[in-house]
Amino acid sequence: MNRRNFLRRFVSALGLSVSGAVVGALPARGAAEHEPAGRNYGMGIDIEKCIGCGRCMDACTTENNVPQPFFYRTWVERYVMKNDGNVIVQAINKEGEQPVDPATEHDVLRSFFVPKLCNHCEHPPCVQVCPVGATFKTGDGVVIVDDTRCIGCRYCIQACPYGARYLHPERKTADKCTFCYHRVSKGLLPACVEVCPTQARVFGDLNSTASPLTRLKRMFKIHVLKDHLNTEPKVLYANLDGEVR
Amino acid sequence: MKNPRLGGRGIFRLPSWLPNHVVRLLVVLVLLAGGLLFARASLPPEMKDRKVQQENTVAREIAHPVKYAGAQACGDCHDDKVQAKAGGYHRNLSCETCHGPAGKHVEDPLSFTPPAPRDRQFCPKCHAYNLSRPLGFPQVNPVTHNPMKACIECHEPHDPKPPTGAPGECRACHNDIQRLKDVSPHALLECTTCHEAPEEHKLTPRSVRPSKPTTREFCGTCHARGAKKDDVPKVDMTTHGAKYMCWQCHYPHMPQIGGDGEGDGEGHHE
Repeated sequence: MNRRNFLRRFVSALGLSVSGAVVGALPARGAAEHEPAGRNYGMGIDIEKCIGCGRCMDACTTENNVPQPFFYRTWVERYVMKNDGNVIVQAINKEGEQPVDPATEHDVLRSFFVPKLCNHCEHPPCVQVCPVGATFKTGDGVVIVDDTRCIGCRYCIQACPYGARYLHPERKTADKCTFCYHRVSKGLLPACVEVCPTQARVFGDLNSTASPLTRLKRMFKIHVLKDHLNTEPKVLYANLDGEVR
Repeated sequence: MKNPRLGGRGIFRLPSWLPNHVVRLLVVLVLLAGGLLFARASLPPEMKDRKVQQENTVAREIAHPVKYAGAQACGDCHDDKVQAKAGGYHRNLSCETCHGPAGKHVEDPLSFTPPAPRDRQFCPKCHAYNLSRPLGFPQVNPVTHNPMKACIECHEPHDPKPPTGAPGECRACHNDIQRLKDVSPHALLECTTCHEAPEEHKLTPRSVRPSKPTTREFCGTCHARGAKKDDVPKVDMTTHGAKYMCWQCHYPHMPQIGGDGEGDGEGHHE
């Protein structure tokens, strides 16, 4: 075989493999059969209804095997606003108990609980900063983490303005609230919403006109956390105090 | 310039004006591109296609086991409990709020039964007093609210009732006094033996107050010499601390304390 023939055959083989690559790149099906079409999940929280019992934190850690202690996908903060203008914010534990500090119980102007969780932002800063594309927004607006691709660099944990992420101590990957995606996709409510005894949390589709969430939006003036960051959170708060950040 | 080696024929004929070194560079580039394309073609889709990766992640999320079955699943079998709950204050409470995750119970009802909290530990998670709780939410102080008694002894958890208008017994409000009395010699006396409590006191406790004994003779009905009551300490009412009212020395709810010798030392278990 002379050089000319070799080059000819090589180039034609190359052409074949290129066409093969094009065919290979045509739609490759993943395993997912869940149809997220048209949904845009969100959560509503009525501060006036929250009794700070910690059932949501307990259910979340159980349902999602959140490593204990120290890590929470959802948590509840207790705000105590004193007459002198000071504000004390403490996270309650999942047994619904506060750290015992009798000093906070006097001269109280107003006090309330604020449940918090991942806001599943429309423009999530965590997705923006992920260097490997491991965290992304699903078709129905839920921000989740691909733990097989996450390299544990913690950029997203730093980028999240709501402190909703943590590094899973065993997997060493970023972990966060998924709106209980495995439950929601089966038509169930997220665990925290399921167990909330006062319906302080409601869950639903922001695109639907009949979801409990839409009713909440209609009934109350709605605020979101850190509105000025333009992350467009999808956790909507009713009766939220301006002091809450 | 004519290239004698790569001139070739057919589609691979290169323009004759291409310099030799450019042709060689082209060959290298084509090889490189071909190699990359080949490598990409041989990679499985889940290593290069973000859409597939994301679909797989979603599929893995969906595959997580469900531990909380949901109130719907509970109601499929336990419709009696759903009925009991339907009209009460706990009607919107999911079963698993109190009974815990019941997914395993739904899969195999016999191998796992969700526990029911029957002690005093669980109910206060919601109903213990906390100043941050919303106004009107039913709260008690678990330390003083019927201590040692399980909540379910008085409150049916599937249909809890708030206190109906007025408390049934004095203990409901005056438990601190009642606890003292319980361990005193006066334990068996009803509160109404000494206090007259009008019914209105239960509704407006501060504006209508129960009566208190006003005379020494009231105590004397049991404790004076010659009183009909047996087995009680008796004193001579005319000489025993005559200047004082009985309750200035003896606390009636804990009468064994007091009488510290200021009197005449008479009486007391003769």
